[in-house]
Amino acid sequence: MVADALVALADPTRRRVFELVAEHPSPVGRLAEQLPVSRPAVSQHLKVLRQAGLVHEDRVGTRHVYRLDSAGLGILRAYFDSFWERSLAAFKEAVEQTDPPDPPTAQEAT
Amino acid sequence: MTTGTDTTTVRRSVIVEVPVERAFAFFTEDIGKWWDPNHHLLTEPLAEMIFEPVVGGSIIDRGVNGAESRWATVLAYDPPTHVAFSWSINLQWQVESDLAKTSEVHVTFTPQGESSTLVELEHRHLDRHGPGWESMRDAVGSPNGWNLEPFARAVLSSA
Repeated sequence: MVADALVALADPTRRRVFELVAEHPSPVGRLAEQLPVSRPAVSQHLKVLRQAGLVHEDRVGTRHVYRLDSAGLGILRAYFDSFWERSLAAFKEAVEQTDPPDPPTAQEAT
Repeated sequence: MTTGTDTTTVRRSVIVEVPVERAFAFFTEDIGKWWDPNHHLLTEPLAEMIFEPVVGGSIIDRGVNGAESRWATVLAYDPPTHVAFSWSINLQWQVESDLAKTSEVHVTFTPQGESSTLVELEHRHLDRHGPGWESMRDAVGSPNGWNLEPFARAVLSSA
């Protein structure tokens, strides 16, 4: 899930689509007006963002409005916001799994 | 409340079920065995990490083709209880050579009985990264606010 989100956001245009949705929940047409790409291209970017759990689609009357997906963003936020938290957890796991080094034997010592 | 300093410091802690000497040694000399291998500033894959165990030494990331990144200066080295190093990374995720513009990571190791150690990490003085420093705080640990750009830059620079 996090990997999907990171890959989705690695594309600059798709990231811009995401940022515009973050500023205002928007239908496809309004997003396309603000971007130098076609409406079908924006739809394709939204599809990737939706599959990555970053945005979701609401039906408002006859319109489809895209807004941020708070659940998906929560996962991404946890991934980044807790760099040290994750690092210390990785440290704990590694140090507890690793056997302490054997003291040098008489033969190895010089 | 000391929120004035708290906002520029990120704190995390963990208890590890090993003696303090083991915790300290593994944290420092074996940093490459636990550090997230995707978090480096090289343009090539990470091959190894070297922690020079002396004040004034560096933490060095070495790439598979021999490139080196000295992204931290060791500020304190007091085994087995305390180690500190600079976070010599600017807001563009490049190595910052001016220590006055770097934050500091302080790690203390406190025995909890014979076979358990409390590891407390403080990432201090994050405001030294200059205008926009909040993005670095958010990238390393704050639950307060966030924006996409530092995340995206970090991801792209580590790809």
